Amino acid sequence: MITPTPDGELLRIRGLSKSFFGVEVLHGIDLTVQAGEVHGLVGENGAGKSTVMKTLAGVHTADSGSIELDGKEVSFDHPLQAQRGGVATVFQEFNLLPERTVAENVYLAREPRSGGLVQRRRMEQDTASLMQDLGIVDIDAGAKVRTLSVAQQQVVEIVKAMSFDARLISMDEPTAALADHEVELLYQLIGRLRERGVAVLYVSHRLQEIFDLCDRITVLKDGSLVDTVESNEITPDELVRKMVGRTISSFFPEPREGTEIGDIRLSVRQGGNRMLNGISFDVRAGEIVGLAGLQGSGRTEIAHALFGVERFTRGSITVDGRTFSPRSPRQAVRAGLALVTEDRKAEGLALNQSVAANARLVLDAALPGRGSSRAARLSGILSSLELAAASDAQEVRLLSGGNQQKVVLAKWLVTDPQVMVLDEPTRGIDVGAKRAVYELMRDLTAEGMAIILISSELPEVIGMSDRIVVLNDGEISGELPHNTDEETVMSFATGQDNVEAAS
Amino acid sequence: MSDGVVAAGGQPARTNRVERRSPLTSIPLIYIALLGTLIVGAALMAVNGENLFSGGNIVDILTRSSLLGFIAIGQTMVILCRSLDLSVGYVAALSSLVAATTMDGDPSRIPLGVAAGLGVAALVGLFNGVVTAKLKVHAFITTLGAGLIIKGYLDTVYPGPAGEVPGAFQAFGYTRIGLVPLSAAIMLIIAVFGVIMLQRTRTGHRMFAVGGNDEVARLSGIRTDRTIILAHVFSSVMAGVAGLLLAARFGTGVGAQIYDAGYDLDSIAAVVLGGTLLLGGRGGVAGTIAGVLILGVLDTMFNQLQIDPFFRDVLRGIIIIAAVAVYARRQIDPTKSRARFGEKSASRKGSTGTSPPEPTGDSRARRAGSREEQSE
Repeated sequence: MITPTPDGELLRIRGLSKSFFGVEVLHGIDLTVQAGEVHGLVGENGAGKSTVMKTLAGVHTADSGSIELDGKEVSFDHPLQAQRGGVATVFQEFNLLPERTVAENVYLAREPRSGGLVQRRRMEQDTASLMQDLGIVDIDAGAKVRTLSVAQQQVVEIVKAMSFDARLISMDEPTAALADHEVELLYQLIGRLRERGVAVLYVSHRLQEIFDLCDRITVLKDGSLVDTVESNEITPDELVRKMVGRTISSFFPEPREGTEIGDIRLSVRQGGNRMLNGISFDVRAGEIVGLAGLQGSGRTEIAHALFGVERFTRGSITVDGRTFSPRSPRQAVRAGLALVTEDRKAEGLALNQSVAANARLVLDAALPGRGSSRAARLSGILSSLELAAASDAQEVRLLSGGNQQKVVLAKWLVTDPQVMVLDEPTRGIDVGAKRAVYELMRDLTAEGMAIILISSELPEVIGMSDRIVVLNDGEISGELPHNTDEETVMSFATGQDNVEAAS
Repeated sequence: MSDGVVAAGGQPARTNRVERRSPLTSIPLIYIALLGTLIVGAALMAVNGENLFSGGNIVDILTRSSLLGFIAIGQTMVILCRSLDLSVGYVAALSSLVAATTMDGDPSRIPLGVAAGLGVAALVGLFNGVVTAKLKVHAFITTLGAGLIIKGYLDTVYPGPAGEVPGAFQAFGYTRIGLVPLSAAIMLIIAVFGVIMLQRTRTGHRMFAVGGNDEVARLSGIRTDRTIILAHVFSSVMAGVAGLLLAARFGTGVGAQIYDAGYDLDSIAAVVLGGTLLLGGRGGVAGTIAGVLILGVLDTMFNQLQIDPFFRDVLRGIIIIAAVAVYARRQIDPTKSRARFGEKSASRKGSTGTSPPEPTGDSRARRAGSREEQSE
């Protein structure tokens, strides 16, 4: 690892405690961050990472304990105070206005003025030179944020933080929405921040990133500090043990005994539309087929085509031998397909409605008449998924990400699908819930279901899939067996092995 | 990393094509629509042997537009803040009556009457803004309620026209500079100020932020309540100005005739026609003025062609809906819907030699190998 040149301690948190409604969620956390250090903050969901970050950002105030910045005790009551004090936070949900330009976003509420009028040109020039300092060349300060990619929007967030002369930037799951090659850009930007002596507090579920980036790692568990370690003195296994209190030796469960690969359930031949071309693959009963590829390579578009959202204009689909051309999700549901969407909150759940209402949604909407008999099985399905909710009447917005995902899974399982498409099923959920999703997938295939797994996390695709279909720029660049290594999948995803794949 | 350049994120081929300020934003589009309306209108009029651009017609268009223009400029501000003002018609009526009764035919009381009319309007705006922003009552309900309260008051206290506007102030309604009515000139000057305010002042930028995302605005240190209240005060004062203009034209203050004229919904229609998002955060006064002019041209045309008034409403409704439907299609993000493959042929459309993004050498190493390899 690169040894940082610590020119002193920037942040010291001592004995930080915080309660919500009488329940203590942080128990005396100690944390120090050096200038120019990238400090990883890890732990399962609910371990208290977000609370630490939000307290630092001025969203929450601490009940007890102290925060020192450069040796001076500070207390932030409002995010703006924290920003002015040099502590910036890049949250998972971006705080940007899509209809405004990059410069307008960066200088929001503090636009440079002369004679009472905002100096638009100076604002854009300042933003442009700030970006230039950070080595960002592909973003136009006058472009509307709406027109930028997710990765670029994240860069804008960081630029905004730097415009406050931030000394410490905390980032909450910054790569959750990024494709692998975009992650690389973030790495470079973080490297440049570090060179400038800016400290980064890095929260992530992806251990690979933690080890790639961080100098030191602080582990939280159930609101308590477990340990702070030098990242080059610990192995990923040891780190996981500290996080969960146990080792996950084989993180991806093996297929169940007696799982048989059966007949072809779903078959696509030469499927194509505006975003896809020449898509052909089969999924058999009892099989998990992984769809790998970079963000935008067409993985989700295939899911949408199968589900009648944006259908194939060329080629054909057969389900259980019958020709199938879905014109709407409703028809797809009726043909026995299920789609667990990528964006759980926007496309998977009615957040203000109850667990029960969400779980019955598909059943009541697309399969009326068959509802009541199947709905009777819902409580069994929910409890077999080990859903942790106060009751079926609880609103799903109050559940954790993992439990929300279980509700989504339940609403599809109750329809008895033949083919299930899972688009990023473990995004933003904790280790335990991930494991539960994997176990569920194995159970389902043992019962003869065919599963298509779409994921940006290569270990997940490789660990779970019987076969991996790799996409590149809207076309299939290769079909690989389940034990393929990450490097090979990546090279197909980036199109470098196109020639070999064609054979 | 040595060259200090972060390569293009996402899909380089796409991001590079993003134009600086897309020419397809809705403000130019609405002016094209205005031009189209003028051409079609002129043609229809010509078929009937009339001239849309005759002096009389131009005065008619501008006179109509000035009245709705005042109200719509104010409405633009509240809609930009993701609010709404349904009380504008009632405020205009109130303002006309208060101003006319205060002036009471005495030229020396004109300034007092103007101040009273606008002051009352501002108070209503303050009420709307405070109830909406502080009590979190939806603006639809707040302003509907405020309008009903005003209506009840007016119907009780002023069953008929009241007050008298002195001749000097009636000039506000009738004076013309060439073909341009004084009221239209004032409206256009206020519109210019409106554009400058939205584009070049912090207040304007705050309005876009509050309408775009209230939470983002708040976390950026914007006092969102004040911004919303300010927008409502502005909207009501503009409705008050419209009320003064009506008083000047009628020579007296009137109630039901004004609030039954449908300025509330017409102003919202003009704002939306002008390309301002009904959900706030995008749009502006320039578009609104074009929307107002389109409605003005249509009304003048319908009048000259003597189209049945009920059928007029049908046409207006169709035109408004059609226009907004066109925007909705236009506003779908072109970068997101760009096709990669043609609909029919399977051949590559975008084979412009853009190579797919490749991971850099060290990323391959990172993915493949041990952590020692990365230490530089």
